[in-house]
Amino acid sequence: MPGFDFSNYNRNAALHARGVPLPKATSTGTTIVGCIFDGGVVIAADTRATSGPIVADKNCEKLHYIAPQIWCAGAGTAADTEFTTSLISSQLELHSLSTDRKPRVVTCMTMLKQHLFRYQGHIGAYLVVAGVDPTGTHLFTVHAHGSTDKLPYVTMGSGSLAAMSVFETQWKGSLTEQDAVNLCSEAIQAGIFNDLGSGSNVDVAIITKDKTTLKRNHIKPNERSKKLKSYAFERGTTAVLKEKIITKKELGRFVDIEEVEPEGEKMDVDT
Amino acid sequence: MVGKDCVAIACDLRLGLQALTVSNNFPKIFQYGDVLLGLTGLATDVATVSDLFRYKVNMYRLREERNIAPSTFANLVSSSLYERRFGPYFVSPVVAGLDQKTGKPFICGFDSIGCIDFAKDFIVSGTATEQLFGMCESLWEPDMVRLDLDFRTLFPPGIFFYMMILLKNGQLNHDVECSTIMHIICTSDLNFTNASYQSTFATGFDEFFANNLNLLDDLQCPEDLFETISQALLNAVDRDALSGWGAHVYIIEKDKVTKRLLKGRQD
Repeated sequence: MPGFDFSNYNRNAALHARGVPLPKATSTGTTIVGCIFDGGVVIAADTRATSGPIVADKNCEKLHYIAPQIWCAGAGTAADTEFTTSLISSQLELHSLSTDRKPRVVTCMTMLKQHLFRYQGHIGAYLVVAGVDPTGTHLFTVHAHGSTDKLPYVTMGSGSLAAMSVFETQWKGSLTEQDAVNLCSEAIQAGIFNDLGSGSNVDVAIITKDKTTLKRNHIKPNERSKKLKSYAFERGTTAVLKEKIITKKELGRFVDIEEVEPEGEKMDVDT
Repeated sequence: MVGKDCVAIACDLRLGLQALTVSNNFPKIFQYGDVLLGLTGLATDVATVSDLFRYKVNMYRLREERNIAPSTFANLVSSSLYERRFGPYFVSPVVAGLDQKTGKPFICGFDSIGCIDFAKDFIVSGTATEQLFGMCESLWEPDMVRLDLDFRTLFPPGIFFYMMILLKNGQLNHDVECSTIMHIICTSDLNFTNASYQSTFATGFDEFFANNLNLLDDLQCPEDLFETISQALLNAVDRDALSGWGAHVYIIEKDKVTKRLLKGRQD
């Protein structure tokens, strides 16, 4: 990784000291869970992103692709989960290409924890890593400071307590795929309805030896009801002082790209 | 804000130092080829970042010999902002544009460290964020065609009646939107000459739509999108002491971009 650019750091610290508020980063608030079943692993997430008390995105994606058989659910600072997972995904792909082996979940987890430990918790990514590789089915959690856990069922994020209460009451040692999906969905819904930082829909990813199934918006318990009346304004409501229309044709004056006829086989004239 | 086959992006014009207004003509929207970028936040960073992306987009065009696509540009913004994760620019950008190939509307927003918010409806940013969320959430409708249009006045009685029958038979949903009905009527192969309705209603369907295709032009969505985004912005900034002083609105369609200057409160 080329590294971060700190050139605004001192300026921002000085600005902050003079009373300019630091910008709010989007947080995923989040309930994320994972659960191993007989033959694979399921991870699930809610879909709310928050910025302070404001709901920034009502249907964001918190299940991140790492490798075809390894997926990751992310909580914490939204930008950090997004970029950390895609960075490790790239490194893992290169690693698997150079070793000519399928990527392993432990490798992924180790790369993540080493990256996050290096940044001493400043990269606020809290992850659930799950996957199936030649060594079997795996489920881990990785915290922003670099600590990891390996457990048969895990929860993370602000809704982790609500979700864990479901697992602690309903989890059993042997689960079918459908059982695991239902259990994870229940856990996420506990987060959606009882934790203010989580909300909207349930996303689920099921990873087995043979295939990965991503069920985006598996359950939609919070669909907005249809507006009974339209509040649209009539045309001509807004006072316009000036209007300028730029057509594509006019834009052509500034853009000078033309399709050139291919020259055919002019190069082959030496016969 | 997304409309039917069009997108809109709008900004107010105030530049201020906390409560002191420095300028009332400081546009925050920048156009790079087919893509528009809106920037709110610290003015020095708005200037720096807009120039930075002008440079990056121009370099992209020289390298690739084509304009940058909105989704590509969004990823460029995202990674450029995340590079400064620990020393960010104090801006929250908004990107709007139409995909040149598919013509599909594209909008997205970012926080100051580059987390993308892909929305299918609207994106808000700046000091009036809370007010704008309220306005947009209540005014925005999918496909932005006025739903209060009375179809009885729009269609001859026979056609309206036929639609009612379709509704009653469950061939059209009750809550189906008017735009969808229009769409079904105009594009589908609903068999208008079908069965028992034939005698009553057969006359004139094809003829009517052949002669009245311009009815659809009256439902042109960019105008309705313009009213919605303008009123959302104007009414939001009137409740924010730090925003206002007029507004710029861009409506982006497949073949043209319309830029309008709105009359707003000057206090």
